[in-house]
Amino acid sequence: MAGAARTSSGGFRRWMERYPFLPALLILAVLLALNGFYQPRSVSLVGITGLVKTYLALMLLAVAQTYVVYAGDIDLSVGAIVSLVNCVIVVLMQYMGGTAFSALGAIGVGLAVGLACGLVNGLLVATFRLQAIVATFATSIFFTGIALYILPVAGLPAPAAFWRTYGGRFLDIPFVFYVAVVLAVILWAMARTRLVMRLLAVGDDAQRAFQSGLPVTAIRVRGYVMTGLFSALAAFCVTGDTASGDPLVGGKMTLYSVAAVVLGGTALSGGYGTVVGSVFGALIIGLINSLVYFVGTPSEWQNLVQGLAILIALMAGVVVGRRARA
Amino acid sequence: MNVGALVRQPLVVALALIVVLLAFGEWLSPGFAAPQQILRLLIVAALLGIVAAGQNLVILGGREGIDLSVGGVVSLSAIVAGNLMSGADSGIPLAILGCVATGALFGLFNGLGVTLLRIPPLVMTLGMLGVLQGLLVVIRQGIPSGRAAPALSQFVSQPFLLGLPGIIWLWIAIGVVMALLLTRTVFGHRVYAIGSNEHAAYMAGVPVRLIRIAIFVLSGVFAAIAGICLLGYSGSSFANVGEQYMLPSIIAVVFGGTPLSGGKGGYTGTMAGAVLLTILQSILTTVHIDESGRQMVFGATLILLMFFYGRGKAMRA
Repeated sequence: MAGAARTSSGGFRRWMERYPFLPALLILAVLLALNGFYQPRSVSLVGITGLVKTYLALMLLAVAQTYVVYAGDIDLSVGAIVSLVNCVIVVLMQYMGGTAFSALGAIGVGLAVGLACGLVNGLLVATFRLQAIVATFATSIFFTGIALYILPVAGLPAPAAFWRTYGGRFLDIPFVFYVAVVLAVILWAMARTRLVMRLLAVGDDAQRAFQSGLPVTAIRVRGYVMTGLFSALAAFCVTGDTASGDPLVGGKMTLYSVAAVVLGGTALSGGYGTVVGSVFGALIIGLINSLVYFVGTPSEWQNLVQGLAILIALMAGVVVGRRARA
Repeated sequence: MNVGALVRQPLVVALALIVVLLAFGEWLSPGFAAPQQILRLLIVAALLGIVAAGQNLVILGGREGIDLSVGGVVSLSAIVAGNLMSGADSGIPLAILGCVATGALFGLFNGLGVTLLRIPPLVMTLGMLGVLQGLLVVIRQGIPSGRAAPALSQFVSQPFLLGLPGIIWLWIAIGVVMALLLTRTVFGHRVYAIGSNEHAAYMAGVPVRLIRIAIFVLSGVFAAIAGICLLGYSGSSFANVGEQYMLPSIIAVVFGGTPLSGGKGGYTGTMAGAVLLTILQSILTTVHIDESGRQMVFGATLILLMFFYGRGKAMRA
């Protein structure tokens, strides 16, 4: 009996080792069921499309945050990068006449801006060894400054070609689902790359990674560059969803991205986690927000109930995750 | 102490930078460094510095300790104080009691989560920040924002003793108490002990959990005190008034020479760090540039200043 219990807990442990996002998946399933119970339409195609459309940006930003957290770093500037890229592409598309071609060009430039921001963060934190929390907070102020320079006030509309595509359908299937599928393939392929393995190795024990010959500094810089690139992708979704430019649009998203990473079972100390978990974490935040609405919480209480639910989910996730690894 | 060692002292660096920035501000706009202006700067710095006192303890206690909920506690405390005193001096004692209890309560929640459930401080206080922000929305729907009592406003802005307002004296007192607490008491030594090596401290018989809970409770209390003073400074409280202190309180600690890894540093440096940060912000509001330029210069200057402070060690085989 005791032996059986041990093997089953060993099995659970092995599962958790391979799939650290299992608790998140469970919470997600429960939340989906509750959403469906209180508002059946929320689990219909239309409901799910709306959820994905709204939270795709946070999913991508949580993925972005995950790459630096892998290596035990953190990036508090991801929200500012979203704002900056949002402003850059909206202004650029306006300047280029709002055609489909301008949208493609803007996406290219936006990715370059995200990459550059990530590179700046990586150089400061890894190469110059500034403390990640304060250094990326400082760069977030700097990036927001550039965003304000490019677009001083919110409200410049994005060209219709851009947001109609994002919110529209293609062969009767919502466009965001194509994005989600492409994203899933990219993440699946990414998870097998040498860079991700090395980021996790650095996060697990930087000293040992260094001693076994890994270029720790270069790896951490690349982690920040990945974060910058995925933040730019998140900015495209924000732009598609809000259909306008806003120099402060991403500010509130930074801490949610950290929360989503933790909800997904990734350890902030580094060396352990998955990007899939972070995607689930972002969806958990989205589903908590909608559930609080669907159960009929009075509007002034909604933020408090959301806050409490997220806090409890965070705590439960950390405790269950550790139990499984201990 | 030779010159080389002296320029590596964070306190010396911070004080030198303060003098340089004051001179620069005076050059940019004559009158910037006038006594009256400096006094005004110190009042603003005191608000940040009091929040940073709690932040300082949490960071010293190590285990990647930071308290992201301080901003929420400041906002909550300001609104609780405003309602408990509602413009009457007689309500001040009750307001102080109520605010300190509120701050201590949320600090206690943080401390319990971090110790009993072993949630990383960043995660715990991030979650608590969300709860506090939600609570603020609820409170603001139900009750007015409240007003500061005249005596409280006087305490913050009018000369009290030797030409300095009460809040400056309060800050000095907090500085002295913190210095004594950290260097002369068992509690202080234990904070450093758990910050530099929690396991060793535990083995040596330090009640690690109790100390860590106390640290978070104190952080909540300091944030609550800052909230009361902030109410006195601005007259009435408004939504999320404390948010501006969340990350700057961490930067003040870092500029004061306490690394985020914990276990070393002190509050005297943090006070200088708070003054430094306040002067920097004040210079940027003095010069006539756009908000965008202001933010870019502020961010770049923060990065530049960080190069003066304990950078991480290079990897060695």
